[in-house]
Amino acid sequence: MKKTVMLIMALVLTFTLAACGQSSNKGGNASTPPATNNAGNASTEPSGEPTPETKLEGSILATGSSALQPLVDQASKAFMDANSGVTIQVQGGGSGTGLTQVSEGQADIGNSDVYAEEKLDADKAAELVDHQVAVVAMAAVVNPKVNVDTLTKQQLIDIFTGKVTNWKELGGDDQKIVIVNRPASSGTRATFEKYALGTKTDDLQGSIQEDSSGTVRKIIGETPGAIGYLALSYLDDSIKTLAYDGVAANEENVANGTYPVWAYEHMYTKGEPNEVVKAFLDYMLTDEVQDGAVVELGYIPAKNMQVVRDIEGNITKK
Amino acid sequence: MAQTTDKKISANNHFAEEWVGRIYTTLCVLVLVTTIVAMVYFVASRGLSTFFKNDVNVLELLTGLKWSPEGQPPAFGALPFIFGSFSTSILAALLAAPLSFCAAVFMIEITPKFGRKYLQPVIELLAGIPSVVYGFIGLSVIVPFFRDVFPGQGVGIAAGALVLSIMILPTMTTVATDALASLPSGLKEGSYALGATRWQTIYRVVLPTTLPSLLTGVVLGLARAFGEALAVQMVIGNAPFIPRSLFESASTLTSAITLSMGNTVSGSAHNNALWSLALILMLMTFVFVFIVRWLEKRSKL
Amino acid sequence: MMKPKTVDKIATAVIIGVAGLIVLVLAGLLGFIMVRGLGHLSFDFLTSPPQSIRAGGGIGPQLFNSLFLLVLTMIITVPLGIGAGIYMSEYAKANKFTDFIRLVVEVLSSFPSIVVGLFGLLMLVNYFGLGFSLMAGALALTIFNLPLMVRITEQGLKSVPREQKEAALALGLTKWKTITSIMLPIALPIIVSGTILAAGRVFGEAAALLFTAGMSSPRLDFTDWNPLSPVSPLNPFRPAETLAVHIWKINSEGLAPDATEIAAGASAVLVITVLLFNLVARWLGRFMYRKFTATK
Repeated sequence: MKKTVMLIMALVLTFTLAACGQSSNKGGNASTPPATNNAGNASTEPSGEPTPETKLEGSILATGSSALQPLVDQASKAFMDANSGVTIQVQGGGSGTGLTQVSEGQADIGNSDVYAEEKLDADKAAELVDHQVAVVAMAAVVNPKVNVDTLTKQQLIDIFTGKVTNWKELGGDDQKIVIVNRPASSGTRATFEKYALGTKTDDLQGSIQEDSSGTVRKIIGETPGAIGYLALSYLDDSIKTLAYDGVAANEENVANGTYPVWAYEHMYTKGEPNEVVKAFLDYMLTDEVQDGAVVELGYIPAKNMQVVRDIEGNITKK
Repeated sequence: MAQTTDKKISANNHFAEEWVGRIYTTLCVLVLVTTIVAMVYFVASRGLSTFFKNDVNVLELLTGLKWSPEGQPPAFGALPFIFGSFSTSILAALLAAPLSFCAAVFMIEITPKFGRKYLQPVIELLAGIPSVVYGFIGLSVIVPFFRDVFPGQGVGIAAGALVLSIMILPTMTTVATDALASLPSGLKEGSYALGATRWQTIYRVVLPTTLPSLLTGVVLGLARAFGEALAVQMVIGNAPFIPRSLFESASTLTSAITLSMGNTVSGSAHNNALWSLALILMLMTFVFVFIVRWLEKRSKL
Repeated sequence: MMKPKTVDKIATAVIIGVAGLIVLVLAGLLGFIMVRGLGHLSFDFLTSPPQSIRAGGGIGPQLFNSLFLLVLTMIITVPLGIGAGIYMSEYAKANKFTDFIRLVVEVLSSFPSIVVGLFGLLMLVNYFGLGFSLMAGALALTIFNLPLMVRITEQGLKSVPREQKEAALALGLTKWKTITSIMLPIALPIIVSGTILAAGRVFGEAAALLFTAGMSSPRLDFTDWNPLSPVSPLNPFRPAETLAVHIWKINSEGLAPDATEIAAGASAVLVITVLLFNLVARWLGRFMYRKFTATK
């Protein structure tokens, strides 16, 4: 009997806790607006330095792109150090998840590798405000034993559409080409296809598809004849980076517009952000983050770009 | 007088106690049923919208060979995934079933003391190794090995099945061991008394009588193999095609879901199609459970 | 035709050989994890927070989260699972509905964890407003641990000799009393061994937690033990990255220069923790069995 009572009590406790959490969570959400009022003057101080009068309070949920997650995570830690009243949660899950959640109001910030217009319906995308925090460039990479150093756009197209299947046709050794692609839904693949190939490609029989950069790098580094593409931050000695049309993939060439395979990293908010979110987004664009975490993580600071590209792909000088 | 009230109270107590038990267990089952209903409803409503909202033909999804939901025009042929899921998990179960039976026999019949005390904890410990670690070991050890020994890139159904077979071994062995241990000793002793050897006893008496339980172990193992996502995704290659060999890049239903679910937005045709894959997974599991139940009934006759 | 004795010898040799092979595979696996990981272990590694780009990060919060999540999940799963198992084994009538439940239990337990995770994301995280939290993670894990527990309990109760049960009933004990004081103690070893298996899954689970418990760990203040404070480690409504999720994250996207070593070290810690947990649970199972049945 005693045991039964204990069991039931444990059960009741569990449910009560669950219920409490629900209500306290709601309470938390409801208390956000006053907190933002408190922080009225905070927007004039985008550097995020705490002063007793303008203490920021609130919580931010940023979710989405796993490529952008480390950057936002890193920046959020420094921001929370400076503003003890703010809690920021950074979640991965992919660009699609981020856009869905910010569009439905579950997250405050949706991190994405692609423009919202490319994933969401036009009317939903129109509600979102784009904050471009960095630029990510991608390079074609091959197994270090492949003795090819540069590929032209046409050669890349031939490889990724399966027209060319052996490295000897491109001046290399007699070695079968193994394609390590990304899934069709991937933002990285969309960027690569749009700016390196200029065309969408179909999946090929026998090609390998991986979504995470670490795995792509590992497979390319080990598989003879493998080719794939990675963001610049993932380049290292285990793989060989190819030049595109003879242009080396580095920050300088991306910034001056000669190397075309790059994309903006977006942090979307639904409508204009509230004070706390705005303070954080402003902080993302300060020199502290742009010259610090952004560079450290292998992104290119948005302010260094000498060219601007719109969603159609039209490039204009700044 | 006092005695009768005592009796009454104790009868009431008994009555109350019985009802507490009944209500409590019924509530537990209700929670279970609610969860199940919610999940089935949820997966079905998401998965079926591919057919109702996005006007994809059911037959096209089940038999189509081309999967390109973001293509122009989009194609939703999921047969390669269905094929991949079936071949990988069945192959894994075929590899693991005899191994787990042997391990169980070793533990129960050959060296009961040593086996139960040392082998079983180690095998159970393996159930606790996270699938990501299995996937990583598969990618670091099995894939390079296959790449060197067999033609192809090393990834594929063979690598997936091998990783899965190691993963499901603990589940299957535990069930097989329990089944063998719960066998009444009289059965075996009778067989020995009739002059049968150990192997004859195992083969003619132990195996047939424990077969239903052994099959349950196979189902549990298969279930884990079917549902496993991250480890398989790391070693199978993920090309949406029916492979021409065991060593060519292939896909399973789970790997297709994990690969693209996070990248697609909720409500899009691609996202709905992925939920349809989850629905197929669920229905396939139903079919599978039915087959095994039928097998169990046959073996009881 | 071979003599039965020869066949017996060959079969025994094969079985021992296979058992040896399994042990070798297991030893190889464990050796691989330990050799790669043990060198990286230190007190500092186990207690310090992770670093995303610099070397030298630890796994302190992740380790705590894994353990805490396991406890939370078990608090929810064990009473529910045993209750439902008792119902299925003792109270359920042999009708179509019971059959249906049994079928669905089997199907549910084979549900892919990633789908459970996505279900959790839409139902628990968004619809019920739990957010990315330990509670959402624990409930998601409950979903696919529950059928396992039910089946285990049923199996355990079925293994109880009928005579014992009938004797208890004949003595005038109620059905519930019979179950709790006669049958459960006898079934306990099986239930405990099954619970260990279930716990192992909780520990190693990553796919379902990516979308429910989340992939970030807020700053924890290990001096604040008030469960309602947002920085308290005990708060069940904070997001929590577990060890398995952390391994997955740094294996696939990790940018820290020592990501491989951290993953290897974390894997070793995970396996060692599971080992410790197994040992404790085993000891506890035996202890309880002795206490309930008064055997020595």
